[in-house]
Amino acid sequence: MEKIIFAFLVGGGICVIGQLLMDVLKLTPAHTMCALVVTGAVLGGLGLYEPLIKFVGAGATVPISSFGNSLFKGAMAEAERSGIIGVLTGIFEVTSAGISAAIIFGFLGALIFKPKG
Amino acid sequence: MSNRKKKKKLTPAQQEYQRFAKAREMKRPVWSNALRAFIAGGIICAIGQGIQEFFIKYFNFTEVTAGNPTVAVLIFISVLLTGFGIYDHIAQWAGAGTAVPVTGFANSVVSAAMEHRSEGLVLGVSAKMFELAGSVIVFGVFAAFVVALIKLTIKALGGI
Repeated sequence: MEKIIFAFLVGGGICVIGQLLMDVLKLTPAHTMCALVVTGAVLGGLGLYEPLIKFVGAGATVPISSFGNSLFKGAMAEAERSGIIGVLTGIFEVTSAGISAAIIFGFLGALIFKPKG
Repeated sequence: MSNRKKKKKLTPAQQEYQRFAKAREMKRPVWSNALRAFIAGGIICAIGQGIQEFFIKYFNFTEVTAGNPTVAVLIFISVLLTGFGIYDHIAQWAGAGTAVPVTGFANSVVSAAMEHRSEGLVLGVSAKMFELAGSVIVFGVFAAFVVALIKLTIKALGGI
């Protein structure tokens, strides 16, 4: 139960950072997302993102910053197995679920639903 | 930066107008926006944590591997909500609270796909699907690539 509270606090905190980037620095939502993804990859490279996931679970895996971390993680894991070329072959290894789900459900959604408003 | 450069080229009348416009620009309610983003984003992450614990309990996932199916379920929910037009209503209230979680990524994919449905499946839906989400993927992949190369170089040189 306390993990859900941690997820709420940290996940909400990351969203506040995004909101402040949009309101205070006047970035567009797309720029904000890119900034968060790059931050996630850099934090992953510094070895700071994994401990955060251990501690707050979905609070760190649900925000888009975890996408950058997962890309980095997949690249590193494969690079350790098969050398430098693994950076290319492994980069989508971990994020495959998210991207595939977005493409498949997105395509189905576009077939089924009509745009509103 | 580039703003200052632009200002120099403007005539006095234009500068006057810019000051005029700036004074009347709506002030963004930073605090209430941040609070809304916090509440909405927190709730989405809490739901994610709930789904994750469900996967750990009933499908023998570990805390590390449960992240992937959780993300897929959240994306599915977000696609449904987007399709019924509910997600955009929530997003108007929540701002970054719904954009930053992975559900916002899915929302941008589906809404772009739906919007261009009239242009056909190939030129519309498939081509325009990643109109917004594409930049996230490109920046994420490139950043991950650079960071991984740096890390591998440091390792090869015997550091850390």
